[in-house]
Amino acid sequence: MAALDLIAAGFGGQGILFLGEVLAWAAVLEGKNATWLPSYGPEQRGGTATCTVVVAGGTIGSPVVADPEVLVAMNGPSLDKFAPRVRPGGLVIVDASMVDRPVARSDVRVVRVDAVAQAAALGDVRMANMVLLGALLAAVPVVSLDAVKRVLADQFPPPNEALAAANVKAVTGGMAASRGAAQPLR
Amino acid sequence: MMPAFTKGNEAIAESAIRAGLRAYFGYPVTPQSELPEYLARRLPERGGVFLQAESEIAAINMVYGAGARVMISTSGPGFSLMQEGLSYLVGAEVPCVVVDMMRGGPGLGNIAPAQGDYFQATKSAGHGDGRLLVLAPWSVQEACDLTRVAFDLADRYRNPVAILGDGLLGQMMEPVVLPAPVEPARDVAWATTGAGSGPARVITSLDLEPEALEARNRRLQEKYRRAQQEVRWEGYRLDDADVAVVAYGISARIARTAVDRARDEGVAAGLVRPITLFPFPSQAVRDVASRVRIVLVTELSAGQMVEDVRLAADGRVPVRFYGRFGGMVSTPPEILDQIEQAASEVRAA
Amino acid sequence: MRPESPMTRVFGRPPVLIETPTHYCPGCTHGIAHRLVAEVIDELGLRGRTIGVASVGCSVLAYHYLDVDFQQAAHGRAPAVATGIKRVLPGRVVFTYQGDGDLAAIGTAEIIHAANRGERITVIFINNAVYGMTGGQMAPTTLVGMRTTTTPAGRDPVVYGFPLRVAELLAPLPGVAYASRVALSSPAHVNRAKRSIRRAFQTQLDGLGFSIVEMLSTCPVGWGQTPIDAMRWLEAEMFPVFPLGELKAPAEVKA
Repeated sequence: MAALDLIAAGFGGQGILFLGEVLAWAAVLEGKNATWLPSYGPEQRGGTATCTVVVAGGTIGSPVVADPEVLVAMNGPSLDKFAPRVRPGGLVIVDASMVDRPVARSDVRVVRVDAVAQAAALGDVRMANMVLLGALLAAVPVVSLDAVKRVLADQFPPPNEALAAANVKAVTGGMAASRGAAQPLR
Repeated sequence: MMPAFTKGNEAIAESAIRAGLRAYFGYPVTPQSELPEYLARRLPERGGVFLQAESEIAAINMVYGAGARVMISTSGPGFSLMQEGLSYLVGAEVPCVVVDMMRGGPGLGNIAPAQGDYFQATKSAGHGDGRLLVLAPWSVQEACDLTRVAFDLADRYRNPVAILGDGLLGQMMEPVVLPAPVEPARDVAWATTGAGSGPARVITSLDLEPEALEARNRRLQEKYRRAQQEVRWEGYRLDDADVAVVAYGISARIARTAVDRARDEGVAAGLVRPITLFPFPSQAVRDVASRVRIVLVTELSAGQMVEDVRLAADGRVPVRFYGRFGGMVSTPPEILDQIEQAASEVRAA
Repeated sequence: MRPESPMTRVFGRPPVLIETPTHYCPGCTHGIAHRLVAEVIDELGLRGRTIGVASVGCSVLAYHYLDVDFQQAAHGRAPAVATGIKRVLPGRVVFTYQGDGDLAAIGTAEIIHAANRGERITVIFINNAVYGMTGGQMAPTTLVGMRTTTTPAGRDPVVYGFPLRVAELLAPLPGVAYASRVALSSPAHVNRAKRSIRRAFQTQLDGLGFSIVEMLSTCPVGWGQTPIDAMRWLEAEMFPVFPLGELKAPAEVKA
């Protein structure tokens, strides 16, 4: 069985694919299996970007996930589209800076993080994706912060090490902001 | 060894280089363009030739001239254009590896994943009576591994070998352990190298005398009979299965999860995954069909491989089909539903 | 006492030209063209490093007559096959031998792009204004008003456009280093044709780019004429439409 399956969705340019890639690659660095799938089929429409990540200790069957355990929604349309598919007992992480409507589910945990605002405070709104990754890891510690740091160091090699550090800060900021923020199931 | 985390298209490209790729000719088409883009960066620095042709028609004919380990890659519409050239390669017994990352069709269709090129890949290499050997990986690792196998088979049988993937496999990232590079034996006694020693070499598929052309065809068919020893397939949870799902490539990944979920719900399901689509693992399918109560074939097509499954099962059990197409991708819950329907069908019987 | 004068060989079969009867029709100029290519390969000493690409058409069996490595290509694709050979073996000499249907109709894309890439190959282009092997149908080079089996009332430019001038089409491309049009209709023209073929191969040997020799040729059977009438017709009717000469030649290989 998968340790985690996730759909992340938002507008193109919000770093959805990168969020998924960091998560999946960190899992691989820890010796797990992971699949990362960019938008495909009907998911490709409407300027939205999605990615699907599955992490497991053993063999991964389907990289295609219809009913994810976790949804990361970076805009309203993504929340509307994917929230109904989240498995009961699953987790929905919402960028509260971008989405003001509530999650119309009572059987999932919801974490709301002001990711864009927090990233802006850190100096670059483009790091909202890493804030959300931090929020995810606080709620579901599927990979260690250390592995995430190694991936970011690899993605931003010198002379861009400052970017790596800034992204790590965004991740830890997201973790701090959302620790304990998951609303309990009603 | 730490695995790389990479896309299927790039894993195939790197594996090809490590198999001793000397030349790549191709034409951009989505969803496989990462493959030529990777080779454009990496092949020349390793001493190989990369050339973007004016069309797939030209590209496959450049492949025909290469006389060395050579690859071409494409998706649906481009694969159609290559059929003419592939027929010449098959007829003249010139090896190559051709990658088809299938997309939705017919016509221009779309760029979403599909498996609608099964017939075109497995039933005939263009016009005439030739065949491609066809390999169907289901993961990035297997795409990498089967690329090496494809080059070896192409050389061994002097025949084009197809790697039949889909847009999803090509663009999916997974960990992959890359094979060590090899320097292939340069035993290209058939190639027109202009080497000047001995009698002139001629590569042709032309036999004006029907007797000679029949003899050529007999040789090809004998080769395909010999290639039966290359059959590859994999079974999963089949031992006590009532329902055998048959699927290849990405459909098999989806089906595997559905099989696990069916087992969780007490339905005895298993999976047969053909890895070689030609030669098709007919004997394996026949054996499984003799043990289970119903077979469910699932493809991202309107039903192509299912014909080979039905031929192999030869009426032993009912064979049901479930397909999504046009770029729609089935999901584990959908396949689970089909497995449950199949199971209830045999329970009712 | 006069010393015995040594015998001097003034004419003979070039070794590359295989000693065998050809399948060509009486009066067809393919035989002359083959011979000229063979002579040039021999004189330049290229026999041990040359690869030919045969096309589809009457010359499909060129490898039965020319004793070098040969690859037979699909309709119109010879320049692409030659590209594949030459790119993998840049030190070899590669030439295609194509007719007008093959090169100027079904293979238009391949010839233009091989030329435009400046492939270091030599193209021997036989223009006889008709499809020979398939039975005298219209070619892209068929003259206006010329009767063929598919233009029984003569080629109507309103329906089929005008004869395609391949040498003029390709010569302006920067990748093309040598382009010429010659004729095989008289001994003088044949001698000029040979010089042109030699320059085309020399252009390739010097790595200067793509080279093409368009050879106006006869097809007595396809034209419904005697061989001698065909030679006369070629000069009278084809010369005005397809002017002879070197359209492009690098200074290095000019005669």
